[in-house]
Amino acid sequence: MSERSAAGGEVIPLDLTRRRPRRAPGSSRSAPAGGAATGRPRCGAVTADGRACRNYSGPSGRCAVHAAATSAGDQQRRIAEAARPDLPPLKEWEDAVAGVLSFLRRRLTGAYPVDLYGFDRELTEQVIAPLARPLYQRYWRVRTVGVEHIPDDGGVLLVANHSGTLPFDAVMTKLAVYDEHPQRRHLRELAADLALRTPVIGPLSRKTGNALAHDDDAIRLLSAGEAVGVWPEGYKGLGKHYRDRYKLQRFGRGGFVEVALRTGAPIVPVAIVGAEEIYPIVANVRPLARLLGLPYFPMTWQFPLLGPAGLLPLPSKWVIEFGEPISTASYPPDAADDPMTVLELSDRVRDTIQQMLYRTLLGRRSVFF
Amino acid sequence: MTDGDRRVLITGISGPVATALASRLEADERVSYVGGVDLVEPSQPLGRTEFIRADLRSPLVAKVIESTRIDTLVHLGITTTPGQAGGRVRMKELNVIGTMQLLAAAQRAPRLRRVTVRSTTAVYGSSPQNPSLITEDLPLGAPPRSGYARDATEIESYTRALQRRRPDLTITVLRLANTVGPSVETPLTLYFGLPVVPTVLGFDPRVQLLSEADAVGAIERATLEPRPGIYNIAGAGVVYLSQAIRMAGKPSAPIPKPMMPWLAGVLRRAGWVDFTADQLGFLVHGRVGDTTRMRERFGYHPKASTREALEAFLAERNFEPVLDPAMLEALERRLYRALVRHGPREAREVRT
Repeated sequence: MSERSAAGGEVIPLDLTRRRPRRAPGSSRSAPAGGAATGRPRCGAVTADGRACRNYSGPSGRCAVHAAATSAGDQQRRIAEAARPDLPPLKEWEDAVAGVLSFLRRRLTGAYPVDLYGFDRELTEQVIAPLARPLYQRYWRVRTVGVEHIPDDGGVLLVANHSGTLPFDAVMTKLAVYDEHPQRRHLRELAADLALRTPVIGPLSRKTGNALAHDDDAIRLLSAGEAVGVWPEGYKGLGKHYRDRYKLQRFGRGGFVEVALRTGAPIVPVAIVGAEEIYPIVANVRPLARLLGLPYFPMTWQFPLLGPAGLLPLPSKWVIEFGEPISTASYPPDAADDPMTVLELSDRVRDTIQQMLYRTLLGRRSVFF
Repeated sequence: MTDGDRRVLITGISGPVATALASRLEADERVSYVGGVDLVEPSQPLGRTEFIRADLRSPLVAKVIESTRIDTLVHLGITTTPGQAGGRVRMKELNVIGTMQLLAAAQRAPRLRRVTVRSTTAVYGSSPQNPSLITEDLPLGAPPRSGYARDATEIESYTRALQRRRPDLTITVLRLANTVGPSVETPLTLYFGLPVVPTVLGFDPRVQLLSEADAVGAIERATLEPRPGIYNIAGAGVVYLSQAIRMAGKPSAPIPKPMMPWLAGVLRRAGWVDFTADQLGFLVHGRVGDTTRMRERFGYHPKASTREALEAFLAERNFEPVLDPAMLEALERRLYRALVRHGPREAREVRT
């Protein structure tokens, strides 16, 4: 694979976002990655299905996956897994039955806790996440990079680019943080009031832990040590024309920076590549949008041309990159009240995300693979 | 005003919360006199509380305040449903004009030191634009257009005016969350008594509740301790409306939103539940008040959380659950045994 450089632009190293196999939660299976033509050494390990690992090796002679897999605990687990008979043991079946039945009874009698914002952890983990996972793993084949940049605990503000007509990028980012982060953190996303006032979507979005994009909600969640996700572009990013793809729009009025400064929470820039192509908007029917009270009424490649089938998003290949945290703790306490500091920091976050987007785009082979 | 010689006047004494408050104040040695004003006599017998039949809308109230020589006024005489008052017009009269007269009289009372006014979190309205947890400082935007919430907003504005004119008064406004308990009757308590509970299709509001005992406790604290300001009063935590309905073991009937006003009309005419437009909004978006200030500055910690208040309320009212938890548990055990017995063949082979 040859490395293309941006037309007239600088050459950005691709290794940061490429050649890193995605790890499915709880398993150490490797995903094949990279081409065959380059002369870099390969990993010396053998994958679970008996083939030689095709990942590039690191300094240890193993790839990132197998370097970790040689730790003693992991090896023991692998031996135990191999020794296990193919038939599910009785105990497991009994536990599964008991688990499902007690889940159903608890749901039917209302015996489950929700937090003040309406986050229903059980519903999110047992029902919503498994439903979204096929989209994540099979349909958009999301690969995450740098998930270790999200701290294990404490308040942190994730700031991402918004795209895709419908906020599937928010759903996938939430699942990415939950599935790929070692602490399985739940990302509390800040939603527009339009989402919260929409039937079905509104309650669902509260039940999966989201809150309103309002300073009060954001500050309270960050102070409580939650990971908070925010898409400062809002509708301007979500509903932009396809020709403007991966061009970051204005970052609101920098409210997210104020919130981070007030709570001292670090900002983790997040670049989502792939979501721009799920519903490529070619036109915005303004009168219809005004009539329906929507921020935009999109005409996409597939909608309304293909009728209801046009509602199906395109199966682009996604990469979600979590960048290095930007600390806000070093700023003086009154920095949040200084518009210049706020706007500068906001621009810095925006530039970082834009750079991350360009870098990932350069390393992309095609939209769909 | 010294402790041991507190003289308290409670308006709306025939309401269950006011009656309970009166009996608590009677037992308190710091209080030397308790008076209760209302149009109708309380159903519960009062102890040493003196019942005074008076209409808040009449200038007679000023004479009552003067002759009882009170130092503390507790304004609970606020009607929550048109049904109780005999029509919406009369309800507004009683609430708004009554409060106006009462507070005008209070302004002229030289001995008065403290005023406690009962309000409601309904003043925030129900909007997806409200923060998830509403603090007392949230500017009240467009006032709720109808019903109790609107009255409460106006009552609060008269209270603010009184504070402006009499800065020496210690005024406490308590915004109570929806109160449930053995004796209060609100649209929400009646709602859970319906055989089939109507909900708004596609919506599931968070509900925050306050137990009746905690409501009394909070008003008592505001009456006896100097805690000026506005406070949200509510039990800890929230439940979803769907969850509450399941806890009650009731079947719910999701109704499309445009049909809700019509249904509310039917329920009103049938005399079951008296839902006003603002309460329909509550069924769509709900509202949850932030209770940090209540705990930290007002210093009150409700004994019952939202869930406990609801559980106690459901147990007290003996609503017949359609889905009995005990029955469900028995069903769960039977299903479990059956599934384990007829489980996958492999599983049984392992056992044998």
